[in-house]
Amino acid sequence: METLNRQTANIIVWLLLLAMPFWIKALGGYTELCTQVLVYALAAMALNFLLGFTGVLSFGHAAYFGLGAYGVAMTIKYLVASTPLALLVGIVVGTIAAAIIGWLIVNLRGVYFAMVTIAFGQVFYFITFRWNNVTGGDDGLTGWSRVPIDLGFTRIDILHNPTAFYYVVLAIFAVAVGIMAFLLRSPFGRTLLAIRENERRARFLGIPVERHIWLSFLISCLFVSLAGGLYALLNNFVDPRALRWDMSGNFVIIAVLGGMRSFWGPMIGAAIFVVLQDYVSSMTENWMSFLGLFFVLIVLFFPRGVLGILRRKSLS
Amino acid sequence: MSLLRVENVSKHFGSLIAVDNVSMTVEPGELRAVIGPNGAGKTTFFNMISGFLNQTSGKIVFDGEDISSLWPARRVWRGIARTFQITEVFPELSVRENLRIAVEVASGYRLHLWQSRNIDGEVKARVVDLLEMGGLADKADRLVGELSHGDQRSTEIMMALALKPRLLLLDEPTAGMGDQETYEITQLIRKLHRDQKHSIVLIEHDMRVVFHLADRIMVLAEGKMLAEGTPKEIAANETVQAAYLGKAAA
Ligand SMILES: Nc1ncnc2c1ncn2[C@@H]1O[C@H](COP(=O)(O)OP(=O)(O)O)[C@@H](O)[C@H]1O
Ligand SMILES: [Mg+2]
Repeated sequence: METLNRQTANIIVWLLLLAMPFWIKALGGYTELCTQVLVYALAAMALNFLLGFTGVLSFGHAAYFGLGAYGVAMTIKYLVASTPLALLVGIVVGTIAAAIIGWLIVNLRGVYFAMVTIAFGQVFYFITFRWNNVTGGDDGLTGWSRVPIDLGFTRIDILHNPTAFYYVVLAIFAVAVGIMAFLLRSPFGRTLLAIRENERRARFLGIPVERHIWLSFLISCLFVSLAGGLYALLNNFVDPRALRWDMSGNFVIIAVLGGMRSFWGPMIGAAIFVVLQDYVSSMTENWMSFLGLFFVLIVLFFPRGVLGILRRKSLS
Repeated sequence: MSLLRVENVSKHFGSLIAVDNVSMTVEPGELRAVIGPNGAGKTTFFNMISGFLNQTSGKIVFDGEDISSLWPARRVWRGIARTFQITEVFPELSVRENLRIAVEVASGYRLHLWQSRNIDGEVKARVVDLLEMGGLADKADRLVGELSHGDQRSTEIMMALALKPRLLLLDEPTAGMGDQETYEITQLIRKLHRDQKHSIVLIEHDMRVVFHLADRIMVLAEGKMLAEGTPKEIAANETVQAAYLGKAAA
């Protein structure tokens, strides 16, 4: 019964995503908005791999998001005009940084872990901010754009056709999300749940907790750098705000808003976030404080997020 | 060879000496009880054996190997499993999932990303065995956090057993339980010891439980070992009666 429900939910989610460029127009949206939802959803779901399914709060995931973004931008601008190669470089750069930093901080817990992740995040922010002649500094890295993908038999013009770009991002998103779901259902994934549930019990079952948290951090950051790379491609631009602390905050907000105990929760959070950002920012500069308020209310009254509310409704 | 040899261990917390130069030897198949009033240092003693705390001085030898400085997971891999005085389980997972994780980790699958149908079947069968042994079969799919205190404790003991331990450390398994639950847990421990030949060290403050179960008893008071012997010898020991039994009776 429960697996049936889950299958139905999965089918609905994928159908909605497949058709999004069509129904979004009926709601007054546009295709880039859809792609933005996917990018934020991927970032938040990747964060949630660590937050919701390992129980570790990182407040510095924008660092790896930003490294992925800069990796993509700089590869295309300085090295080679290939979108897939650029994404690969972005992921590798972000994941290597995560491996090193993760190894340094994996013994910290709770607030201490969160604070140190912010600190490391800000280090990368200042590097991109200061290293003007390579990163473009505060003005961001311009003068490059995503490159159409050549498959040999056909060419996908992701540069001029936003719908084509959406579906390429959706395909990448599907693979990434599929891998995360697969990992979470494996024995390894269950050790992460164990750590989230009770670190002491996990340790005294013989799980080397720090190693597993490190692995989870790595996987999480790998997919966050992928999201960052896609973000750079979406905007044909990247600036240091992609790896500033408030971007990390956005990911946490999205995950918590949607419901961090559920796999798809952050996806719903991302949709709400992107739509709010789009509408509210056209009315006021300070839309973040609106969202902040909304967020505080959600956390106060519905700690399990939007999906949690819906679940409860459907149960009662 | 002795299974466990604790040699002159001490634990200082600042100026407090929680465990003061205590030694203990456990033979294979033995059920050893550690008793003593609250604050005697029993849990601290366990914490040093399992690696939860490092001893201030002394040495712990398990199966001939000095494990004094191994981190906890490695001691588990050597075969030492424990439960806690305050139950430690995975509250938001079902009983079945709790046991499943324990079985998988014990089978060396903790880094596996995939399970064949065969292995999956073996794991599930082993989980069912454990559910039945712990009297938890009818609650298998309930969240552990929603179960009664007694059932949570049984779950924790079954998780420890899932590790197929060579030495089982139980810290006050009947603490906070009613008579019926205490009886059931006692029966379970007796079965583990008599029928399955598990080696067990059991911390208890409930004397009735201990005198019926234990092969040998060690008495701790204020961090020091007060006496050691068979239940009969302990019952007859005047120092123990004065320091502990007397107090408990009063
Ligand atoms: N982590 C700790 N830090 C400081 N003091 C502790 C710690 N753990 C235990 N103690 C102290 O050590 C003494 C022995 O405690 P414990 O081993 O829990 O006793 P028991 O299990 O026999 O009731 C107590 O006085 C307790 O307050
Ligand atoms: Mg105790």
